Amino acid sequence: MIENFGAQLWVVLPELLLALGAMALLMLGAFRGQGTTGIVTGLAVALLIVVGILVLRQPGGQAFGGSFIADSYARFLKILALIGSIATLIMSVEFLSAPDRRIFEYAILVLLSTLGMLVLISAGDLITLYLGLELMSLALYVVAASHRDNVKSTEAGLKYFVLGALSSGMLLYGASLIYGFTGTVNFAGIAAATKTGSVGIIFGLVFLFAGMCFKVSAVPFHMWTPDVYEGAPTPVTAFFASAPKVAALAVFARVALTAFPGITFQWQQIIVFVSIASMALGSFAAIGQTNIKRLMAYSSIGHMGFALVGLAAGTVEGAQGVLTYIAIYVAMTLGSFAVIMAIKRNGQSFEKISDFAGLSRTNPLLAFFFAMLLFSLAGVPPLAGFFAKWYVFVAAIKGGLFTLSVIGVLTSVVGAYYYLLIVKTMYFDEPLAMLDPVRIELRTVLAISGVFNILFFAYPGPLVSAAAAAAKSLF
Amino acid sequence: MTTWPILSVVTFLPIVGALLIYLVRGDDEAAKRNARWIALWTTLITFAVSVILVLRFDPNQTDFQFVEKSNWLAAGISYHMGVDGISLPFVILTTALMPFCIMASWKSVTNRLREYMMAFLILETLMVGTFSALDLVLFYLFFEGGLIPMFLIIGVWGGPRRVYASFKFFLYTLLGSVLMLLAIMALYWNGGTTDIPALMHTAVPRSLQTWAWLAFFASFAVKMPMWPVHTWLPDAHVEAPTAGSVILAAIMLKMGGYGFLRFSLPMFPLASHDFAPLIFTLSAIAIIYTSLVALMQEDIKKLIAYSSVAHMGFVTMGIFAGTMQGVAGGVFQMISHGIVSGALFLCVGVVYDRIHTREIAAYGGLVNRMPIYAVVFMVFTMANVGLPGTSGFVGEFMTLLGTFKVSITTTFFATFGVILSAGYALWLYRKVVFGALTKPSLASIKDLTFREGLILFPLVALTILFGVYPKPILDMSAASVQQLVTNYNTAVTAVKAAALLQ
Repeated sequence: MIENFGAQLWVVLPELLLALGAMALLMLGAFRGQGTTGIVTGLAVALLIVVGILVLRQPGGQAFGGSFIADSYARFLKILALIGSIATLIMSVEFLSAPDRRIFEYAILVLLSTLGMLVLISAGDLITLYLGLELMSLALYVVAASHRDNVKSTEAGLKYFVLGALSSGMLLYGASLIYGFTGTVNFAGIAAATKTGSVGIIFGLVFLFAGMCFKVSAVPFHMWTPDVYEGAPTPVTAFFASAPKVAALAVFARVALTAFPGITFQWQQIIVFVSIASMALGSFAAIGQTNIKRLMAYSSIGHMGFALVGLAAGTVEGAQGVLTYIAIYVAMTLGSFAVIMAIKRNGQSFEKISDFAGLSRTNPLLAFFFAMLLFSLAGVPPLAGFFAKWYVFVAAIKGGLFTLSVIGVLTSVVGAYYYLLIVKTMYFDEPLAMLDPVRIELRTVLAISGVFNILFFAYPGPLVSAAAAAAKSLF
Repeated sequence: MTTWPILSVVTFLPIVGALLIYLVRGDDEAAKRNARWIALWTTLITFAVSVILVLRFDPNQTDFQFVEKSNWLAAGISYHMGVDGISLPFVILTTALMPFCIMASWKSVTNRLREYMMAFLILETLMVGTFSALDLVLFYLFFEGGLIPMFLIIGVWGGPRRVYASFKFFLYTLLGSVLMLLAIMALYWNGGTTDIPALMHTAVPRSLQTWAWLAFFASFAVKMPMWPVHTWLPDAHVEAPTAGSVILAAIMLKMGGYGFLRFSLPMFPLASHDFAPLIFTLSAIAIIYTSLVALMQEDIKKLIAYSSVAHMGFVTMGIFAGTMQGVAGGVFQMISHGIVSGALFLCVGVVYDRIHTREIAAYGGLVNRMPIYAVVFMVFTMANVGLPGTSGFVGEFMTLLGTFKVSITTTFFATFGVILSAGYALWLYRKVVFGALTKPSLASIKDLTFREGLILFPLVALTILFGVYPKPILDMSAASVQQLVTNYNTAVTAVKAAALLQ
């Protein structure tokens, strides 16, 4: 063990670098004051890019007795989480440039949260899982309240913290039950010990899954999502909707598929229920929303339901579906939030759906990209969102989950209704006043996301085969 | 034979035109003129290229022609294009009608013209793609993708209740299609591929046939539309701009019938046979009920929309009769209806552009001031009725003939539709064209302009040509239809023989 300690550090090199880098930037900010916000943010983005390159070039392997796994599954999801973090940091530049919001800690917290995500994605046992999860979540609680003179923002942070702590407690309780009944915290060890499910293990599993469902905001643990999405500053909401979702879903799938393959039938029922409930609630509850961020919250609940359809299948195709889904979901979400942040008139942000009225006249390109993103979120071909749904449902059909599939596609039609309402507001209604010029960073994110979304059908190969390879490494 | 991907060129050429229009900057008159001409030339060139398809097409071959295949999504899901005698007529119908649609919008659309033309060109790509895709996923992509531009066309350039109509259109069609998507997935796991020619030779278990048939039926019945899921059509037709109505009636409805021909009959012959009585019942109800509803309409477009539902009833009836005459008649009826109903909507557009109402009561005595229009409108009305000598007659007669061999009761009831259609069509014609011209709003109405004549005269010629000489279309599809019917009957007979043995 000890003699190849260096080799083990090599496996966790990206995480180490990120941790050290975040601390160095913290020092820089602490000694130089709030004036360094811009520099710290810029360096944070650079650091994340370097970490991304390291993750890509890393040979892979396990460290610390299987507690930390760097396989191609982890690589795929880490890259996604990093893309989410980088994009949201870039989009936050304007938010951080206001005089009362020069907080360099913001970028540091995003870095630390991202570090938590990377650890979470690579978790090979329940302890690493908990470490990663808490590091990610604690940073997120603070980021949610980063607009601290704003009542809604602080309320969002507090609400997220209280409910998040509750869910962590449940997760810990579940983890301890599982440890008690299997005698190990290692996923592979748990898998070996749970060829058949005893009542104790099932109990532990339920609590563990409850904690995970909270993090991916799946029904019935979704209640925090709309409030936090609405209350947090918009760049933070974009962050919440992208990177942490990737990490949480990643560990969810990893735990279910690698730690409990022996009792797939048992956990499958939970996932099927959670998935149906999330898809249904995400579709129906979003209809009445007038605030675009709340709507995106319900939309993300629904999308997590769709992603879990793939997990419910419990097969390698299902895992591939989840990975493809989450990748496309991140791309769509980042683009959508870039548009939401662009809705500014005279320096004032607007969040009502009615504020999008007639956008196709005043900002045709913005409206076009957003409309395509919305159609994609609804799953209409030939846009990327359709392929995301294709891969999860194709796995579900192979697994014989016909009821789940039928309910799933029917709720997607209900969901299409509220996406169409926004398209209608942008295209059919009379225009409001001109928007402020859209900032370059928002335009860049939107252009990348929009072009990916529209042209995905022409060249789906790379993403699909990467997801397939990543999914295989779990089995 | 071909050295260049001619089918892909036909499919994606309109997109190139749309991109060109996007490059046209500005909102002034010159930019609008450019957008119009680019759109028109794109559709004309696309049509010209599609004519090459006809010239090089070998009607005696039953296989798919102009086949292109390359890797795409995964093993078994490829970019596979090709046409046979059943799909080629629809491709040509699409490319041929598009220039007319662009010309019909020449003057009547001024608001957001660039986007309008782009939407139509993108729609053309998706429609041609639907008819030439030889992979289920690719087909679904084109089939569903068409919803987006059509939703915008109805919603942005439509009439007063456009929002309601566009939502209804979109959600209705999507609801039908998502079930088909699941069936496509089930077929994928059953056959290991979504390649249409391969799936035609893959045996599908009886139970899967039933479910898959129902799922496909859900999609195509809405698209067709069949009674009782036709209610989106009158709304969409009435609110859509003229060219949108033309596309809807002439081409998008045909996707349903094409789907039945391409998927339901060849892939699920047993289920098709089992469900044929259901289709016959729904078709007969559609023919009689919607004809009666059409008699009661006060809006010209709505009347034509209901008559479309009735005419599609003949198509479904003929297709599921599974006889040579029935299927060939179904194909012919769809092409003929594409020309005639499209032309009728164009005729409505002509008078709508002049006095901006579609109320039947607002018209009367048009013959006094618009003699040429009256003649043109009469030809299409007669074709809609199914008068011998027009293309409408051939299709209706053949489908009735084909169904007669299978179900005399259905034919008996369906034939009432012929009488009823004469009722509403002639009533409409009398109310609008004949009588004294008393309404002050019509006093100075002008006859067809040169542009409108250019749109309508070719369609008149086609309607009469195919009425007297339907051979070109029938010959083009004969070999493919023959193969389809033979395979269908072989499969059904084999099961019947097996049942007898037990």
